Amino acid sequence: MTESKATSSGPSSQQPDVLHIARLARLAIDPAKSAELGAQFARILAAFQVLSTLDVEGIEPMTRPTDTTDVLREDRERPSLAIEAALANAPARVENFYSVPKTVGGEL
Amino acid sequence: MSPAATAQDACAMAGAFQRGERSAERNVLEAFERLDAAEPRLQAFAGTQRERALSQARALDRDRAQGISAGVLAGVPVALKSNMCWQGVEAHCGSRILAGYKPPYTATFVERLIAAGAIPIGMTNMDEFAMGSSGENSAFGVARNPWDLARTPGGSSSGSAAAVAAGIVPIALGSDTGGSVRQPAAFCGIAGFKPTYGRVSRYGLIAFGSSLDQVSPFARSLRDIELVCHVISGVDAADSTTAQLPPMEIEAGDLRGLRIGVPAEYFPPQLAPEVRKVYDAAKARLLELGAQLVDVRLPHTEYAIPTYYVVATAEASSNLARYEGIRYGLRVEGDGSLQGMFAATRAAGFGAEVQRRILLGTYVLSSGYYDAWYNRALRVRRLLRRDFDTAFEQVDLIIGPTTPTAAFRLGEKTSDPVAMYLSDVMTAPISLAGLPGLSLPCGFVEQDGVSLPLGLQIIGPALSDPLVLRAGRSFEEATDHHRRRPDLAQLQAVRA
Repeated sequence: MTESKATSSGPSSQQPDVLHIARLARLAIDPAKSAELGAQFARILAAFQVLSTLDVEGIEPMTRPTDTTDVLREDRERPSLAIEAALANAPARVENFYSVPKTVGGEL
Repeated sequence: MSPAATAQDACAMAGAFQRGERSAERNVLEAFERLDAAEPRLQAFAGTQRERALSQARALDRDRAQGISAGVLAGVPVALKSNMCWQGVEAHCGSRILAGYKPPYTATFVERLIAAGAIPIGMTNMDEFAMGSSGENSAFGVARNPWDLARTPGGSSSGSAAAVAAGIVPIALGSDTGGSVRQPAAFCGIAGFKPTYGRVSRYGLIAFGSSLDQVSPFARSLRDIELVCHVISGVDAADSTTAQLPPMEIEAGDLRGLRIGVPAEYFPPQLAPEVRKVYDAAKARLLELGAQLVDVRLPHTEYAIPTYYVVATAEASSNLARYEGIRYGLRVEGDGSLQGMFAATRAAGFGAEVQRRILLGTYVLSSGYYDAWYNRALRVRRLLRRDFDTAFEQVDLIIGPTTPTAAFRLGEKTSDPVAMYLSDVMTAPISLAGLPGLSLPCGFVEQDGVSLPLGLQIIGPALSDPLVLRAGRSFEEATDHHRRRPDLAQLQAVRA
């Protein structure tokens, strides 16, 4: 669940902290470009402010356009992707594993 | 015009193959001749599969010689958008981050096309991860509009639209999230159809916005669109969002007696007089063909673009989290840590617009802003859907322009994201509601001495796809806009 800082009045007009969002998005942003990006962001959000003028009280959120839920296929064993095929696109591998930088003992 | 100058329609091509009048090999060879002549300037294709296509064509020819019955698209060359999985064929999504990515499996809709005898000849250029309305966000070259090479073919399925409009192939697949097939179809003077969400399996379509994405065909005739939809639609156990329905059928009939809604919101005062004139003529034609035009209202239309860009970017930020340099694609080591590698890989691999949308999507989903932006947008999405539900209590179908203008010039909107987003103003609402939308040629406007096509959009209630296509077919049969072709000499001049 997410907490809410700006619910009742609709979208916030505050300029977002682009570097913080970039960290959340795992995107390295050149700090020199963050001001430009922030201004662009502010313009986009300003154009979207119109959403805050609508009364949406009592309206159920629509996450997708279909009503189908919990569709299950037959529970039957079938072949899965071969290891070689699954690893063929990996930029780095060790034997039958994806290789990643060490994550134990340091900061995540 | 030489016989190879432009592809026949798929129905005619498949018929000639079945009757033994044309071989599949000849169809493929001629498609590559047209491609080679047009491609240096058109830049519709990201990659071709000559050997694979020829080998499939020869196998079809051998089968036919032995009397083995072939599928309904047998011998028809087709093109696929670069976000579609075809085992072993590079699908880079127009992105540096997926350069060299060869899917280990084939999408359901591609399997179905091939099973019906269609022959994929290559992968087409596109806006990176389908994010864009002009094709200019591709990391691998910008596709051109065959009607005017200085203009965009539209986006994001830029290359697929350009390849069909230039007559290289009769059919190409694109994907439509907020208008990425209907808008380029309109800009290129061809038909493009987004089926009802869930009607075509998304298994093997590289995801952008999962509640909006839909595989959608381009063709120069409605008969071809109907045939492709029949082949690729239907329930798929590999995609739990597919409607539990058999393949789409072709509906007989015409426009007589149909009530067609004309929403004032889709014909705003800002519409240029020459554009309005084209749509007035289209409406008059529909009346002559026996349809009844009814004024309807879609009062939440003005909220559709912000709603779409909140919902789509939120879904994109989640879907694109998978590109982190581990399982596929680019890897940049960064500072040597895991998080550093993620951030460096994504910064180097994603282009500016994709980064912008990931950031926007992350923001609207982030703690403290989720309710204010994402949750609110989902509620407005329901209001948009209710607008359509209410309108469809009065009418069978709704029409409007696919786009408010004809194709714009390349470079015209690249520096202004908001202006670019507004290109989707008449297609995004239909996507948010999950409805079927068809764009088909309905006239031309003169701009700077060039004749540019415009598209008429026909929208139907959910799962009314056959009715939408029937109405389009009736309009097409009574008009000749779809028969006009761009001057291909401008494309081929470079080879002379």
